[in-house]
Amino acid sequence: MLLSVENIEVTIARPKGGAVRPVLDVSLCVEAGETVALVGESGCGKSMTCLAIGGLLPRRGYVSAGQVRFQGQDLVPLPADQARALRRSGMASVFQDATGGLNPVRTIGWQIAEAVRLRKGGTRAECRAEAVRLLGRVGLPAPERRAREYPHQFSGGMNQRAMIALAIAGDPKLLIADEATTALDVTLQAQILDLIGDLRDTLGMGVLFVTHDLGLVAQSADRVVVMYAGRAVESRAVGPIFAAPRHPYTSGLLNALPRPDADRARLASIDGVVPPIDALPPGCAFAPRCPHRSGLCEQADPALTGSVACHHPVREAAA
Amino acid sequence: MRWVTIKSLRAVLTMWLVVTFVFFVLRLSGDPTDVLLPDDIDQATRDFYRTLWGLDAPLWDQYVSYLRGLAHGDFGISFRNNQDAFQLVRDRVPKTALLGGTAIAIALLLGVPLGVLAALYRDSWLDRTVMGLAVFGFSMPNFFLGILLILIFSLQLRWLPSSGSGTWWHLIMPALTLGTGFAAQIARYTRSSMIDVLSKPYMRTARSKGAGPARRVGLHALPNASVPVVTILGLKVGEMLGWAVVTETVFAWPGIGRLLTNAVATRDLAVVQCIMIVLAFTMVSANVIVDLVYGWLDPRVRVGAGARQR
Repeated sequence: MLLSVENIEVTIARPKGGAVRPVLDVSLCVEAGETVALVGESGCGKSMTCLAIGGLLPRRGYVSAGQVRFQGQDLVPLPADQARALRRSGMASVFQDATGGLNPVRTIGWQIAEAVRLRKGGTRAECRAEAVRLLGRVGLPAPERRAREYPHQFSGGMNQRAMIALAIAGDPKLLIADEATTALDVTLQAQILDLIGDLRDTLGMGVLFVTHDLGLVAQSADRVVVMYAGRAVESRAVGPIFAAPRHPYTSGLLNALPRPDADRARLASIDGVVPPIDALPPGCAFAPRCPHRSGLCEQADPALTGSVACHHPVREAAA
Repeated sequence: MRWVTIKSLRAVLTMWLVVTFVFFVLRLSGDPTDVLLPDDIDQATRDFYRTLWGLDAPLWDQYVSYLRGLAHGDFGISFRNNQDAFQLVRDRVPKTALLGGTAIAIALLLGVPLGVLAALYRDSWLDRTVMGLAVFGFSMPNFFLGILLILIFSLQLRWLPSSGSGTWWHLIMPALTLGTGFAAQIARYTRSSMIDVLSKPYMRTARSKGAGPARRVGLHALPNASVPVVTILGLKVGEMLGWAVVTETVFAWPGIGRLLTNAVATRDLAVVQCIMIVLAFTMVSANVIVDLVYGWLDPRVRVGAGARQR
């Protein structure tokens, strides 16, 4: 098992006392060579989960419960420098804002060469040459010249490629892509996804892929983890989850997808919004928006049993 | 090349405006013969000196002949001791440069690390202590700090000389007096600039590469955070020259500031004008240097090929 996240909870302390918990209970795992998609509405804790796995939580943020096992080793209790060393050698993250994610005062080549040097080591010249090779690998034309340029001289798509080159420097075992293609136009999005898929297949990399675009999930993921209000509510292989979602929230998300074969004029939607993390209702957090709720849902929080966390999962036939 | 031309022209224009302004204001402020000559002197002698120093000519003629002199490198003659004004000023420049340079070094060596630490540990006791000291540092008037230092280190402890410039020991108190306020301001600018930079997405990228804290601060955050600090530093050089006048007077430091105080008091027009030109030149140079450093630090404002592609 490459990555196995078990029941993690993320806490962010507030400067004036008190704390918020953007992630309450998430479990997921990623095998080498597979793509796992993490989906859910904005504010459900997807990004915080990724940051927790990558060791990139903001100031005052920490994993307050559970385990993040990477290549068999739980990273949560380790001292910062040891956890950093383990992550450095095997894990990489790509985020949505590639232009902001690159340092404006350093050349693209410098930044990628630094990643090579930190992850794999080598002389300055070797890292430099490797950086140019990586830029070519992600399909940037004239990589030798481009490596000497700065992020402001690149387009958004080129910067996203550069970020992926930076991420795959030193052949990481796990790539965490948090909305890595959301800001790009559709053609570019397809190219970047193809690139990530290609790298996954050739390098045997595991990919944890965050998106709110279910179309992308169907195309590129092997398994899906659905998150709602800080919890993983359903976790299954991509085929079955699309064919027969069991959690009412998953079912609602899929119903909200525009389908060319459906003869309805309006898109279905889920009423209401995700409750704010500091004002969760008692019981199941989805209950207030759920068409199948009962008295039980408002009292007891359902545990993730098998593949779904729901008191009244949707029957196969009903879907 | 075009950039250099524009900068130079603007510098010359600035200098000319300063020269003109100083020339006319000084002449409006009174007749030098009133100050330099005894009160009971007879009118004939007074007229003799007025003619000697060219003060009897119409103002406009005086101005034109002064500019003509400047063009030939002639800054005029000191009324007081009949020496070449430029020579007088030039002899004092090294002392002020030494004092000002040391003060800037103190401001940077103290202000930048403290600002960085305060930003890294913001809202902690360290941050609050540093920022408290900074408020104290820059709200304390310069002359007061100078006198306080003299009271403590010269009169009470008898560790340091209270005035003069003979040895390195003499440099310590004036440089601290001049540098403390600037160190405090630099610390505050560095802190806010660092806090801004530390929250940028590229700092998270640096973390995701596995870069340690020292590398993240030194190689990723500081080069970005230093851009606004350098800009401020350029502006502060002018302010510092103003404070140098006070500091040099308090510590009897024989620099340009003391010379200026004396020259103003005695209406030694040529010397005051010459000092003003030197100060204006320093300011203009400081700004050109800041522009150059700015471009070197931030490729987005770099002049020349490739800077405006997008």
